[in-house]
Amino acid sequence: MSSILLAQQILNGLLDGVYYLLIALGLSLIFSLGGIVNLAHGAFYAIGAYLTLVISPYLGFGGAFVAAPVVVALLGVVIERVLFRRFYRADPILSLLLTFGLAMVAEQVLRMIFGAPPLSYSIPPALRGQVAVGGFIYSFYRVVLLGVAAACIAGLWLLLQKTSFGRVVRAGVQNPDMVGALGISLQPYMSAVAALGIGLAGLAGVLLAPIYSIHPAMGQEIITPAFVVVVIGGLGSFWGVVIAALLVGLVKGVMVGVGYSAASTAAIYLLMLLVLLFRPRGLFGERIMRFE
Amino acid sequence: MKIKIADRGLDKTPVFCKSNCDHRSRQAIKALSQEERSACRRETAAPRGRIRETKLMSNNHQFTRRSLLKTAGGIALASGISAPSILRAQSSDVIRIGHLTPRTGFLGPLGEYGVMAIDLAVEEINAAGGLMGRKVELLKEDSVNPQTASTKAERMIERDKVACIIGEISSASCLTIAQVASRNKTLFINTGGNSDALRGKDCQRYMFHVESQNSMYVKTVGRSFQRDGLVKGKKWYSLTADYAFGHDLLKVSKRFMEANGGQFAGDDLVPTDATDFSAYLLKIREAKPDLVVINLAGNQITNFLKQYAEFGLTFPVGGFGFDTALAWAAGKGNFVGTWPVVWHHLLDTPGSKAFVAAFTKKYSKPPENQAWGDYIATKIVAQTINELKSTESPKIIEHFEKGAKFDLLKTRPGYFRATDHQLMHEMYAVTALPADKIKNQWDIFSSSPAVPGPDEPLEVIAATKEENSCTFPS
Repeated sequence: MSSILLAQQILNGLLDGVYYLLIALGLSLIFSLGGIVNLAHGAFYAIGAYLTLVISPYLGFGGAFVAAPVVVALLGVVIERVLFRRFYRADPILSLLLTFGLAMVAEQVLRMIFGAPPLSYSIPPALRGQVAVGGFIYSFYRVVLLGVAAACIAGLWLLLQKTSFGRVVRAGVQNPDMVGALGISLQPYMSAVAALGIGLAGLAGVLLAPIYSIHPAMGQEIITPAFVVVVIGGLGSFWGVVIAALLVGLVKGVMVGVGYSAASTAAIYLLMLLVLLFRPRGLFGERIMRFE
Repeated sequence: MKIKIADRGLDKTPVFCKSNCDHRSRQAIKALSQEERSACRRETAAPRGRIRETKLMSNNHQFTRRSLLKTAGGIALASGISAPSILRAQSSDVIRIGHLTPRTGFLGPLGEYGVMAIDLAVEEINAAGGLMGRKVELLKEDSVNPQTASTKAERMIERDKVACIIGEISSASCLTIAQVASRNKTLFINTGGNSDALRGKDCQRYMFHVESQNSMYVKTVGRSFQRDGLVKGKKWYSLTADYAFGHDLLKVSKRFMEANGGQFAGDDLVPTDATDFSAYLLKIREAKPDLVVINLAGNQITNFLKQYAEFGLTFPVGGFGFDTALAWAAGKGNFVGTWPVVWHHLLDTPGSKAFVAAFTKKYSKPPENQAWGDYIATKIVAQTINELKSTESPKIIEHFEKGAKFDLLKTRPGYFRATDHQLMHEMYAVTALPADKIKNQWDIFSSSPAVPGPDEPLEVIAATKEENSCTFPS
C-alpha cells in the first residue's frame, strides 16, 4: 500500500472520530455531572435525524441545522426535569435501566410515526462536491462537518473553562455538596447541561442524516462506539473524550487501510481493553470521589 | 398431553380475573368479606398446583422462572384487551400459520415489509373462504436472532400447532428454524434467506425456499455485467458483509468471476455494525476497479450508496444482494448501479399489478421485493392445502416435490426443484435510472427482461449439482 493512501487513511480516521465526538461529549457531560448513564443518547441522535427530514422541506437544510438541535435540546430539558432529576443521587444502575427503556420507547415511537423502512435524505446541492488538497481528494460535505464539529468543541471548551457557568459545572462534577454548601443550586445547571449534551446528539443527527441511513434503530448503531470513546477518554475529562474519539477513528481507519477491515470493530474494543488495563480510569480520567 | 393442557391453561386462562377476586388492587381484596377472601385463595391456589404438576411431569418441557414471569404477565394482560383473541385461538375452527421474521436490527426494515405482505395475503385468503372452509389465523413474531428464532419456532409448533412456518430473512436464523421444523416434521418456507449453504450442505427436507439462492442472484446480474463487458479480463473490488450471508455470496461471486475470466482487485470484509465507508471508499479510489461489487446487507447498502455519491466516485457499481427498500432509502441521485432482484413492483404482469395495487391501497406505499416473498409463500401454502384438502406437512412436501406449478405473479409459473427445494422462477436485474428520468421516489430503476429468457429452462441460473449439492438428512 502506498504511503499516500496510508496518510489519507490516517487523516480520514481522524475525521471519522470527530462524528463520535459530538455524541460522546454530551454523554460524558451528562454522566459527569448527574451520574446518569444515558443509554437514550443515541435515540436523541435519531430524533435529530428524523427532525431534519421533517423540517427541511419548510426551512431547508440550513433551517433544520439550527432548529432540529434546539427542538432536541428542549426535549432534553423536559426529559431531565421529568425523569433524570429523580435519579441523580441513586445507583447508576437505575438510570441505566431508565434510559434503556427510554431508548426503546423512542425507537418505537419513531417506528410508529415514520414506519420501519429507512427513509431517504440527500446532501443539499450546495454542500456537494469534492475538495482536493494536493493528492488528497475528499468530500466537501465532510470538511464542512469537520468545521462544525471543531466549532462545537471550541465553543464547549470556552463555555466550560472561561465562563462562570462552566466553573459551576466543573465544580459540580467534582463536589456537588460543596457547590450546594456555597448556596448554588445545581438544578438549573443540570437542566442546561442536559440540554447542551442532548442538543449535541441532535446536532450529530442533523449532520449525519445526509450520509447515513435514516431508520428508527440508527441510535443504537452510534451509541456503542460513543460509549467506548467515553470509557477510553475517561470520565470528567473534556480532552480525554476528544483524544479518545480521534484515536478510535484512527484505529478503525488504519485497520481498514492496511487490509484488516474485518477486525476494524474488534480493534476498537481491544484498544479499550488496553487503555483500561494500564489506566483504569481511562486516558485522562480524573478521580471523581463520588463514583469510587 | 396433560402437560400441555396445564401449560396452555397457565399461559392463557385469566385465572385471577374471576368474580370479584380481582388481583388488581390489594385494597379491594382487603375490602372483601372473610368468605370471599377464602374463595379467592381457593381460586388462586389452583394454578399453583398446576404449576407444580407441570414441573413434575415434564422432563423435556422446560418450565423456567422466565416462563413463570411471562405467565404472570400474561395473566395480568388477559384481563384486558388480549382475552378475546386468546380464547378464540384455542378453538379448533381455524388453521394457524406461524410467521417469523426479524423486525428489529439491521434486517428489521425488510422484515416489516414481509409482515405487511403476509397480513395482506391472509386477509385475501380469508375473504376468499379460508383454508378448507376454515379461517386462517396468523401468529407473528420478531425472530430477533438465530437462538430466539428457534425458541419461537418451537413454541409455535408445539404449543400453537401451526400448520407451517413462513418467513425469515437472516440465513443464520433460517438454519435454526429449519432444524426445529425438521425435528417436528413441520413445513418451513424460507422467504428471505439467500445463502446457498441452506440449499446445499445445510439443506433440510422440511425447508423450502421461495427466496432465490445466491447463485441465482449472481448469475442473473452476471448476465447484465457480461453484456456490459464488465467481466472478462476486468478487475472487481468487492465489499462483503462479514457474516454467513456475505461469506456465501463472496464465494459464489468469486466462482462466477473465475469461470468467466475476471479477477478481484481487492475484497474487504465489512463488520456488520459498520456505518461509515469512507475508509473503504479511499481504497476503492486508489484501486481503480472496473466494477465495484457490493455484497453488503440491510442498511449497509443504503449507507454505502449515500457515501459513494458523497465521495463522487464514478466507477460502475453492481451488487449481488439487494432489496428495493434500500435503494428507496438511498434516494434519487444516490442510487446507482445494476442489481438483481427476485421481484419488483414495476413488473408488467396482471398478477403483479393486482398485488401492487392491493398493497398500495392498504399501506399507501408500493411493496418491495421482500413483501413479494412472504405474500407468495402464503399463497402457495393456501393453494396447496385447499387442493390437497390436508394440512399435513409430509403430504404438502410430497406435492411440492412432485413439481406442482404455482402462479408467482410473473410471466411463467414456477415450481420447487426436488433436489434442493429451491423455487425455480424468473429473476430480474434492475438498473438505476439517471436522476433526470426519475418521476417519483419509488420508480427509480429500470428492469431487464425476465432472466432466464422465455426459451431457456428456469434452472439455468440455479446452482448446479457440482456447485452445490444437497443430500437431505433422513
